[in-house]
Amino acid sequence: MSNEVAALNEDIDLSQVDSIVEPYLGKKEMVIPILQKVQEHFGYLPRPAMEQVALRMHIPLSRLYGVTTFYAQFKLKPRGRNIIRVCKGTACHIQGSPKISERIEDILDVESGETTDDLRFTLEEVACIGCCALAPVIMVNDDPHGRLTPDKVKDILESYE
Amino acid sequence: MSAIKLTIDGQEIEVAPGTTILEAARQLGIDIPTFCQDPELPPNGACRICVVEVEKARALVASCVAPVGPDMVVYTESERVINARKNNLGLMLANHPLDCITCEKTGTCKLQDYCYQYGVATSEFEGEVKNLPYDDTNEFFYRDMNKCILCGICVGKCQLVVGAGAIDFTKRGFVTNVSAGFEDPIEESSCVFCGMCIDNCPVGALIPKYVTGKGRPWQTESVPSVCPYCSLGCNINLHVKDNEVIEVSPVKESPVNRGHLCVQGKFGWDFIHSGDRVTAPLVKSDGVFVEVSWEEALDYIVDNIKEVQTRYGADALMGLSSPKASNEDSYLFQKLIRSLGTNNVDSYSKHCHASSVNGMMDAFGNAATTNSIDEIAATDAVLVIGANPAETHPILDYRVREAARNGAKLIVAAPEMIGLVDVSTGYLPLKQGTELALLNAMANVIINEGLHDQAFIDNRTEGFDQLKKAVEKYTPEYVAGITGLDEQEILSAARAYASAEKAVILSDAAVSNKIGAADFVRALANLAMLTGNVGKESAGVYLPYGENNLQGMADMGALPNVATGYQHLGEEAVREKFSKAWGVKISDEPGMTAAEAFADGKNSRIKAMYIMGENPVACGGDQADLVQFLSNLDFLVVQDIFMTETASLADVILPASAFAEKLGTYTNTERRVQLNQPALEPPGEVYPDWAVLVELAEWFGFEWDYVGPEEVFDEIASLTPDYSGMSYRRLVEQGLQWPCPADDHPGTKYLHQNSFSRGKGLFAGVDYKPEALQMDEGHAAECCATGVHSCQCLSETLTRRSVISAFKKGCCV
Repeated sequence: MSNEVAALNEDIDLSQVDSIVEPYLGKKEMVIPILQKVQEHFGYLPRPAMEQVALRMHIPLSRLYGVTTFYAQFKLKPRGRNIIRVCKGTACHIQGSPKISERIEDILDVESGETTDDLRFTLEEVACIGCCALAPVIMVNDDPHGRLTPDKVKDILESYE
Repeated sequence: MSAIKLTIDGQEIEVAPGTTILEAARQLGIDIPTFCQDPELPPNGACRICVVEVEKARALVASCVAPVGPDMVVYTESERVINARKNNLGLMLANHPLDCITCEKTGTCKLQDYCYQYGVATSEFEGEVKNLPYDDTNEFFYRDMNKCILCGICVGKCQLVVGAGAIDFTKRGFVTNVSAGFEDPIEESSCVFCGMCIDNCPVGALIPKYVTGKGRPWQTESVPSVCPYCSLGCNINLHVKDNEVIEVSPVKESPVNRGHLCVQGKFGWDFIHSGDRVTAPLVKSDGVFVEVSWEEALDYIVDNIKEVQTRYGADALMGLSSPKASNEDSYLFQKLIRSLGTNNVDSYSKHCHASSVNGMMDAFGNAATTNSIDEIAATDAVLVIGANPAETHPILDYRVREAARNGAKLIVAAPEMIGLVDVSTGYLPLKQGTELALLNAMANVIINEGLHDQAFIDNRTEGFDQLKKAVEKYTPEYVAGITGLDEQEILSAARAYASAEKAVILSDAAVSNKIGAADFVRALANLAMLTGNVGKESAGVYLPYGENNLQGMADMGALPNVATGYQHLGEEAVREKFSKAWGVKISDEPGMTAAEAFADGKNSRIKAMYIMGENPVACGGDQADLVQFLSNLDFLVVQDIFMTETASLADVILPASAFAEKLGTYTNTERRVQLNQPALEPPGEVYPDWAVLVELAEWFGFEWDYVGPEEVFDEIASLTPDYSGMSYRRLVEQGLQWPCPADDHPGTKYLHQNSFSRGKGLFAGVDYKPEALQMDEGHAAECCATGVHSCQCLSETLTRRSVISAFKKGCCV
């Protein structure tokens, strides 16, 4: 766990988890809605929050972890301050989006779906951004960056803190 | 519903509706391969190796989940089935390391066996293979998840049967794995190291560390034995090679543990091979122990004991037997001490159970747990109070969980949130030490709401009016104030317990470590009798002991006031019976208890002591007085497997044999007398303890000409009505539960069926006193908070010399 995540986890307000869990006490079958609400509150599923759910619901942590790692909707890591979305649509693919992805992964040392340890970026792939004329294209937060080559990636990323 | 008739491989069979094809086939003796199926887990149909062909069905069906249908025609080994199984095995092999040459599982691996059976040597499938790190972070076993075939049995056992919940499936698709939460190392998870995952893994993914490189299954001999730790007496197999135990596995068919074990049974046996064993007689000379021959040691003992007796009289000698000794050893021990003219026979470890014993004795006339271990699973309600069976008697914890799975109400009253709370229907987090008040309040509610069993009370018990009067003031409101519980919680608990057809109370005999425990036990007995929950199946009061043969030791008369089977030596007829049988005169002077002997310190009447298999000095708390007492003795003999703290004070140490080295019987908490076979030759100059006692008796001039423990047992049976129908021949299979009064008697599953041992069950009005049930001083306090092993009495003599000391820190045997 990176220092940033550890610091975030320390700030988890467990009383928030308690109030989320409260209406579900004794209803172990409601584990997915509970986890969804916890994630909604924190933006992801912090480990201390998971441990608190386990304790209050009398469900082993291993079982909760099993559920969260099975469903793609659950995130165990916080999302980055900047979300990079790489277009994987047909046009972008033909124009070399795999190479763009590769370069971003190299620079940030993460794979698609992951977040950098300093929580600066989360890298995601999306099916189509809808501006095929700009292929290959990525979006960082709300900004589209088109007609990319791998060499342009570094400067773009550096412009986001 | 009527039976369903079907045909499997040309054989017709009728089975109950809902039976699976697999079960039906097994009834016919047809073996269908399985990986993921386990009789005590819900079927999950995951592995598909059990597919069979059903006529008119489009696809092959998984026989472990498919129920039988009328006139079904099933083929279990058709060409189609065999091809499917080959394909299935090929898919598994494609992603399974083929290092069978060095794999510890070779010979007992199901994957290997089925590949052999179907001639699958290699896989025709190629693809990605798992490359997970080899996990050897814990003390007990290796986890090689590259070999895991994801059958899920370990997950099921861990989550459902044991309730540890340490592991589960994680992720999905190809990268699915079995791991602890957040993929923590196992020892940082909630794992209790019971080894059930290991014992049930069909492949070599989970391997105990101790077995590695020690031998192949076909090179070992499997010897049935009885676990030497707690009083449940789980049946184990010792796997022996070259006079060394290399592995222990549970006996699947055992009526006691049904293939289950805990960390002590699975991993705690390695003390046998500890380098600390005493392997020759030792005599202290100028403060240093010197090895001597057996003849010298025995001469020395006889001379010194005779001298003490000449100088101070016969009653200056005392013998302490051990709840770890076999029945035969304890029997011969008390026979020897009594033959030497004194009734000063007792055990030090016993005292931590003494008040529970008294409480049960007074209420029922028999101190033993009333019902059998396995009956818990079929009960309708369980009240767990003053106990944490997961720590003290894990198999009972598994049975309570099973009862809960079967729909039983489970009420847990404990100051701390013990594991069973996870599956409870009611949790009463009462204040430490207020258990008795809660029990009185439950009795109050039951009587006031008319939930008591009047017929049972009228016919089977006495003293009801006294109880009724005594619990009058214990209204839920009043007791809520004492216990810190809600009134409603108390009401619900009382109603749940009383309204069940069959209800069990589970506590712990080590609760006796607490002041006032006899009253607490009386209150348990009150509740059980009030609702007619004694003397019938799947009901009763469970007060299991901590030590494996405490029951047997007491049964054998290693107590100051009784001979075998609690025949009271205050009665002349009893003294005469034993005097005649043994050819000696039994003293009519009552014996001293260990507590009495020690309490007098250096003014004690006791001048010589013979301690067999006990280590009172290491029993926790401040034992300075005890050390002084033992040091002041004129003569001290200690017979032990280790140089214990107590042995170091002795004048003579006789080496003792470990459980695996001697033939003998042990009586567990459900009164089951079980035969333990010797698996090993004792090391060095060590002889089985019965042989040492016989030799010593002869040295004293008694004519004991036993040829072996079987003859000793026959003598026990001839003198003990409850054991009289027993013989080694009858005990071999599954043991027998006393009372077993005749050769054709099947043994007694539960006590007090038609009448209580004392005639009528006796109610007692017992008052809650705020100071009662508080802990004795010292480190017992924390351990006993929830009835965890009574550290005061159990001395860690064994666990300290085992790998399990890494896990069970502060546990005490």
